Amino acid sequence: MNTAERTGRAPRAVTAAAFAVPVAFLGVFFAVPVATLISTGLRAGGRWDLGAVGEVLTSPTTRSVAWFTLWQAVLSTAVTVVAALPAAWLIGRIRFPGRSLLVAALIVPFVLPTVVVGTAFLAVLGPDGPVAALGGVVGFDVDLRRTATAVILAHVFFNYAVVARTVGATWMAVDPAAEDAARTLGADRWTTFRTVTLPQLRPALAGAASIVFLFTFTSFGVVKILGGPRIATIEVEIHRLTTQLLDLRTASVLSLLQLVAVIAALALYRRAGARRGSARTRAGRSVLHRPAGAEHWGVAATIASAALLVGVPIATLVWRSFDTAGGPGLGYYRALGSTGRGSALFVPPAEAVRNSLVIGAAAATTALVVGGLAAVGLHRLGGRARGVADSSFMLPLGVSAVTVGFGFLIALDEPPLDLRTSPLLIPAAQAVIAIPFVVRTLLPALDAVPARLREAAAALGAPPHRVWWEVDARLLRRPALGALGFAYAISLGEFGATVFIARADAPTVPVAIFRALSQPGALNVGQAMALSTVLLALTAAVMLLVDRVGDARVGGF
Amino acid sequence: MSSLTVRGVSKAFGALTVLDGVDLTVEDGSTLALLGPSGSGKSTLLRIVAGLEQPDVGSVHLGGDEVTHRPAHRRGVGVVFQDQALFPHLDVAGNVGFGLRMAGVDRAERSVRVRDALGVVGLSGYEHRDPATLSGGEAQRVALARALAPRPEVVLLDEPLAALDQLLRERLLVELRSLFDELDVTVVAVTHDPTEAAALGDRIAVLLDGAIAQVGTPGEVIAAPVSTAVAGLVGQRNVLAGRVVEGGVETALGVLPVDVGRARGDVGVLVPPSALVPTSDGDVRSVVCGLLYRSGTPVAVVDAGGVMLDVLAEPRWAVGDAVALDVDPAGVHVMAR
Repeated sequence: MNTAERTGRAPRAVTAAAFAVPVAFLGVFFAVPVATLISTGLRAGGRWDLGAVGEVLTSPTTRSVAWFTLWQAVLSTAVTVVAALPAAWLIGRIRFPGRSLLVAALIVPFVLPTVVVGTAFLAVLGPDGPVAALGGVVGFDVDLRRTATAVILAHVFFNYAVVARTVGATWMAVDPAAEDAARTLGADRWTTFRTVTLPQLRPALAGAASIVFLFTFTSFGVVKILGGPRIATIEVEIHRLTTQLLDLRTASVLSLLQLVAVIAALALYRRAGARRGSARTRAGRSVLHRPAGAEHWGVAATIASAALLVGVPIATLVWRSFDTAGGPGLGYYRALGSTGRGSALFVPPAEAVRNSLVIGAAAATTALVVGGLAAVGLHRLGGRARGVADSSFMLPLGVSAVTVGFGFLIALDEPPLDLRTSPLLIPAAQAVIAIPFVVRTLLPALDAVPARLREAAAALGAPPHRVWWEVDARLLRRPALGALGFAYAISLGEFGATVFIARADAPTVPVAIFRALSQPGALNVGQAMALSTVLLALTAAVMLLVDRVGDARVGGF
Repeated sequence: MSSLTVRGVSKAFGALTVLDGVDLTVEDGSTLALLGPSGSGKSTLLRIVAGLEQPDVGSVHLGGDEVTHRPAHRRGVGVVFQDQALFPHLDVAGNVGFGLRMAGVDRAERSVRVRDALGVVGLSGYEHRDPATLSGGEAQRVALARALAPRPEVVLLDEPLAALDQLLRERLLVELRSLFDELDVTVVAVTHDPTEAAALGDRIAVLLDGAIAQVGTPGEVIAAPVSTAVAGLVGQRNVLAGRVVEGGVETALGVLPVDVGRARGDVGVLVPPSALVPTSDGDVRSVVCGLLYRSGTPVAVVDAGGVMLDVLAEPRWAVGDAVALDVDPAGVHVMAR
């Protein structure tokens, strides 16, 4: 009998077996495609052409793209953190009617497809939108489309929930008694916040900020739609280089550049994570209180700004989808059933909806199984090994989805991995992107299962596999449902990788929206709005279901 | 027959030695209280007996069988954890019936035995309650019922009452004691509280720095601790440093004419309050520093030339009074320093 069995703990072989599937999966569907793309670009005539690296990095185009990518990401992150901090306070401290609804509603923008966010902001900022109308009132001609402002606004909308939910959860864990103590010692509200609360929030702020930086640095769909031809992030440039110019050499170098930035952001995130345990949770007693005095104004202002930021783009999008040439009506929706005259789509958009739903089911299931096994493996690891492995599983979060998608095309096109025509290709690519979210949801849940419960089960006669089944599996059911729904929502909205590998006759909804938007004509734009609204409704429904049956903590970092 | 024996058990976590050659025997059907300060290794010893931890050396025997390498789920030892560790996803019946389900007991018999176990701990009718809705005392009873339901021959309790408030604690203490007598199980209860140890245990084993310092009945351990460390742990206050001299022990209170047995050199001297008799011409001059009540009995803390002593107070004493005391040598206990 080996040591592990004696102590009733599963042996090391279980850890290895748990890792085998995610390592193999991410190897084939992530590492190989990315490595193939990069090496294809950097090898000429069978030799490494490393001169390309220096050449590309010093070119003025690269520098201007990299500079824009960096500053818009930094600015987007800063604005998001500042904008979402009041919401974090609301979530962490205040009890008010409709609180849980607001917390649930906040997550919707985050899981919205980037294409929908882009489309919604196009509607808000365009000449027919509310911003232009407001500008018209004061006599300015405002059109923010194709500007960096538009991109940054959309990024704030998109990532608001990441900061609000992550920091809010930590805020809830900050003991108000320490704040009260500071007040009795003579600190005013602001000094108390600065010297007592903020230091405890800092790890969560740093963690959330690095994730927002990661998302905005690698932003694709939003920039593609809002930025127009002049404004491009590295990710958009990679897409342009590969699809329009077939310049794999430059694209490879840019992919590498992005990879370096992503690893740096992840390292920062991990460093923040090392100190994330600093806020001390008080068991039992609720830290939430009803607003008092001036806090009423804070609550009202926060709710109003959140509603404005999150509500206006969504409302505008929905309105535009009904706002046909002949007045309000269902015209654009009716047109979704057919390819019709004037439509840019090869297939009826309704079929794209069907594709998305089927692909989403496959992708979410795959992500749950693979990510779940990764989480089990990580949970059993300790020390440094865990930190490194954990970061590796986070990598797909930041590596260019475009790189993954294009890598699929050139890496998985010959035996034994000729998967180009396989119906599993899109689900696999989307699962790669959803796996980090599944791991981030399930790993904390696994870590939170009290070791005592496992011991109690063992002492009551449960052998190791039954301990797992009776304790871990039962306690993970809700987080797993949450992760499944979250992965499904991500799959529904995935655009960067899918746009490469979706066949022309079988688009997903985001791909169909993008195609419609890239064609001229009111019908196409209207169809895009209608299709975006459908996708919005689907995603919101999935997330509401997640909140109902699953664990509401998904999407926190 | 099913006595529990621990032989020469040592355990280290990294460089930290937690248990260092522990020997212990618990007779069939008796209750042993394992008393020790936090960090003394008592919980580790309990976990080794339960099979949740492996000793580095030494062996564990249950009813004559060596079980050192038998995993926890095949030892049949009931454990009540300090934080109860109730399964949050199961109701009370599901918790109490868990061990029976693992043993393959069928549903019908299970529900009967769950009802019986809940009856034993005084929680009849609690079957369908959610553990989250239980009070601390109720949760503790459910944890006990869960451990008892499979009818183990040995039950281990880790600080069974630590999470409860004082009153509840004392009531449960009495209940637990009579329950163990009634059920005729072998019990090891870990605690840091001498009152709890004395109330629960037929015998008390004192664990200090990873080794058993003393084993005895509660009366023996409390009245005649083997060392000043044990005396402190069982709550004795009047412990003085002393030195064996011709005719007795020299202490800050003077030379006390006591029988030192075979003790030589530096010793510890326990002068319990009952051995300090107020007498108008007593040798020990002291001043009352404070008056307090311990379990309803008035106690005076007096300063006897720099030594603070607990004395049974007389009703007319007030703070600042000078009082003279006589030491009754028969009540003095000499022990290792």
